[in-house]
Amino acid sequence: MSDAAAPALTRPSHAGLFLGYLKIGLLGFGGVAAWARHVIVQEQRWLTERDYAEVLGLGQILPGPNVGNAAVMIGRRFHGLAGALLATSGLYFAPLIILIILCLFYDRYGQLPAVAPVMAGIAAGAAGMVIGTALKMAGKLKLHAEALVVLLLATVAAAWFRISLPLIVVVLAPVSIALSLRRAGLLGKGAAR
Amino acid sequence: MTLVLQILLTFSILSLVAIGGANAVLPEMHRQLVELHGWLDDATFSQLYALAQAAPGPNILVASVMGWRIAGGPGLAAATLGMLVPAAVLAWGMAGLTQRLRGAPWLKPAQGGLVPVAIGLILAAGITMAQATHGSAHSQGVMPLLLVAVASVFVWRTDYSPLWMLAGGGVMGALLLG
Repeated sequence: MSDAAAPALTRPSHAGLFLGYLKIGLLGFGGVAAWARHVIVQEQRWLTERDYAEVLGLGQILPGPNVGNAAVMIGRRFHGLAGALLATSGLYFAPLIILIILCLFYDRYGQLPAVAPVMAGIAAGAAGMVIGTALKMAGKLKLHAEALVVLLLATVAAAWFRISLPLIVVVLAPVSIALSLRRAGLLGKGAAR
Repeated sequence: MTLVLQILLTFSILSLVAIGGANAVLPEMHRQLVELHGWLDDATFSQLYALAQAAPGPNILVASVMGWRIAGGPGLAAATLGMLVPAAVLAWGMAGLTQRLRGAPWLKPAQGGLVPVAIGLILAAGITMAQATHGSAHSQGVMPLLLVAVASVFVWRTDYSPLWMLAGGGVMGALLLG
């Protein structure tokens, strides 16, 4: 490990893949994006920051939850069909069990258990966790200026203007891909050089 | 039986239009379940959404709760499978495609182009969540926003497990927001 910025990656075993995703699902309050990055990039080191961000980006343009799509793709990368099934079932197993218990509670008492202030505090922490994760990824990936503009456009469009996500993806993804290809010298003026 | 099949079919269609995940598909889910099929009323739909938010895991599992309410256990199974399987099959195909194209010089830059969109939408989700905590009955004033800010900086600038932040948030919530 001579390069501190790029620590050695580990290839997960079948069990490791399942257990890693089990943890992501179990701890993922308020959405799993932050936990997925924490476990996959920081804790288990299955993928680099960039690799993970790219898989997540692909997951974003496909229908369905981006982290769920990423689970299928990461699982397939390491262990084929078995990997995709293990990662996916790991991701959804614990939340489904907890959800069924909540449903039984709800059916019985007709409302949520009275832990609202605690839940509000956890929700605030979770919101901060998601914001912090986005900042961390953006910082570590050293995005170019035009990529930062795209990032902020996506944020403002979704958070302030409440434009529907499919519309944002359909408009911004091609623009952003074109900018990225151009910077790589594969499109337009860059290619002519 | 037909009801369960209808649930499976409805959620399969929702699965395929859910670009951006659960929050993107929520309006269409409401249209299908409340307005078209009349399986749920407005108030129940909102309550079930809140219930799903209280559980950990992907928000898309809101579909499972709706299925449960409509047709019990079989409804939950049908809604969950309907919501997950079509999207997962597409993701599987996409993974295969990118593996096959691995040598193509344009693949990495093209994929890299999706990265800022993905991160921007994560940031937006966090901001939306922060707005939601601010608006709820148990969190008036600046306290929740302060918690959000502290948690953001903690996760951004340190490599500690975010679990500390969630636990800390719960304790602070009990002490300050009750």
